[in-house]
Amino acid sequence: MIKSRGEKWFTIFNTFVMIVVMFFMVAPFWFSLVGSFNEGLDYLRGGVYFWPREFTWSNYISVFSDPTIYNAYFVTAARTILGTILHVLFTSLIAYGLSRPSLKGKSVYIIYIMVTMFFSGGLVPTYLLYRSLGLLDNFLVFIIPTMFSVWNMMILLSFFRSIPESLIESAKIDGAGEYRIFAQFVLPLSMPALAAIALFTGVGHWNSYYDTLMFTTSESLQTIQLFLMRVVTDADFAQGMSAQAANLVPEQAKKTSPETLKLAMMIATTAPILVIYPFLQRYFVKGVMIGSIKG
Amino acid sequence: MNKIEHSSELLGKKVTSSRRIRLRAQFELQSMVVPGLIFLFVFAYIPMYGVLIAFKDYNMFLGITESPWAGLIHFKEFFTDPNFVSVVRNTLAINGLNLLIGFPAPIIFALLLNEITTSKFKRFVQTISYLPHFVSWVVFGGLIITILSPTNGILNFILVELGVLSEPVNFLGEADNFWLILVSGEVIKGLGWGAIIYIAAISGVDQDMYEAATIDGAGRVQKMWYVTLPSIMGTIVIMLIFAISAILNTGFEQILVLQNPLNLETSETIDTYVYKTGLQQMRYSYSTAVGVAKSIVAVLLLLLANYASKKITDKGLF
Repeated sequence: MIKSRGEKWFTIFNTFVMIVVMFFMVAPFWFSLVGSFNEGLDYLRGGVYFWPREFTWSNYISVFSDPTIYNAYFVTAARTILGTILHVLFTSLIAYGLSRPSLKGKSVYIIYIMVTMFFSGGLVPTYLLYRSLGLLDNFLVFIIPTMFSVWNMMILLSFFRSIPESLIESAKIDGAGEYRIFAQFVLPLSMPALAAIALFTGVGHWNSYYDTLMFTTSESLQTIQLFLMRVVTDADFAQGMSAQAANLVPEQAKKTSPETLKLAMMIATTAPILVIYPFLQRYFVKGVMIGSIKG
Repeated sequence: MNKIEHSSELLGKKVTSSRRIRLRAQFELQSMVVPGLIFLFVFAYIPMYGVLIAFKDYNMFLGITESPWAGLIHFKEFFTDPNFVSVVRNTLAINGLNLLIGFPAPIIFALLLNEITTSKFKRFVQTISYLPHFVSWVVFGGLIITILSPTNGILNFILVELGVLSEPVNFLGEADNFWLILVSGEVIKGLGWGAIIYIAAISGVDQDMYEAATIDGAGRVQKMWYVTLPSIMGTIVIMLIFAISAILNTGFEQILVLQNPLNLETSETIDTYVYKTGLQQMRYSYSTAVGVAKSIVAVLLLLLANYASKKITDKGLF
């Protein structure tokens, strides 16, 4: 096809816009990565953006010398793994039950469920509820209230409905109960949808700082995101981390500053997401599509 | 005679046994669904009931039901609070800007992305653009703070080098900049992810229409404007409905990360205010009343948007 002059300019313009957009998305990560590998005091002099001026591992060594960070990683990993597994099982079980035409009372159930999508109690009533349930400052506050999501249930519901009825009927003739049909036929057939939901939920768990901030107080339950939140927004806390490092690894800490420690901490928090990102990417587009059919 | 009786007896047995199987299946199905209903009762309906404390003087020892009624006193307190005007203004402005800029941005991005002819480059751009969505707001906020830092942020460095600024500025320390910074951050973070749904819609557009438009002599920009955009209008309207019904419900985490004492004047929104008065100062009834006031404003906005949409486009949400 012959391109006109206007078309050529349009292509150039479009490519330029895309490159600018990508720059805005990638550059902040790059600057922070570079800073986290730079000597602390040297970084404060400014001008370290595209490549480290005085390369060092000290920031990372110092960050990982603090035992609190291991605890924070452990709490976060535990809630991510446990929370995701329970969420997927619980939500998909309910979705399967609702997807069966023979379920009695379905229309009432659906209205009952949909109401919760439009009305909510808000922060304080939720907080008071958690307090009376003993969930405050309890690890279970990360797991139990997040076990079910109406939105994810709707996605799974529309997916389960697309499974051919004849398949389920034939399993029934063979004498399989609903639970066996769910576990042996429906779940394996729904792997793409389940994987997408598991990944969204897992990333949500890993990235959440809201519930830690609102509903927990003890340091032993501090998640990695809340730890980072304190480092990022509270200068005294960052100073404290720096002083801690000076105690634990004095030689390394000399080459750091609160500013570069903060950057190293940011990268260390994001690294797990970046590692699983390629796997994520395979599933999430599919997940959004499944959701969009519903919408 | 005997034979017939015998066979009907058999049939009866069969009926009861198949009913028993059906009953068992029904019981199994109910046992899958009911735990979810109980879950929602506890974690969604009980807090809804808890909203009552907005109209009461909540006392921890008396509980929600036993606490004395207070009427609208907490609402009055909020409306006469010195923070009232700025908190409401900030909430409306931030959410309004988010809708105004954050809503069309992914659509434009999807349209432009669709015009990339090299599929490898296109996939590359897409991969990059989804990435910020998966990074937490703490990290993303940290990145924004780093870039805008008055001591070693790159933005100050560039502006000073170019002579635009004579000395570095603490961007996040000036209340005037907060809305712009926050909304730009949200747009960049959500751009690629928000575009997925439109990309999907665009891929479903009938290719014959493009050929017809080419024969009619339409250029690429014209095709984008006259073919692609009208074809995805349905998706756009649905997404707009979602966006409007979620209005005032966006942005607690991002605001709290970027907020600092210097920009509080423009960064304190209803959500952050509820958190501070409710959980930090433990004024439970008052902060619940503030939350209820927010919900009322949100409903009013929705009705207003619906009215405007009916006037302008003849189509309403309800």
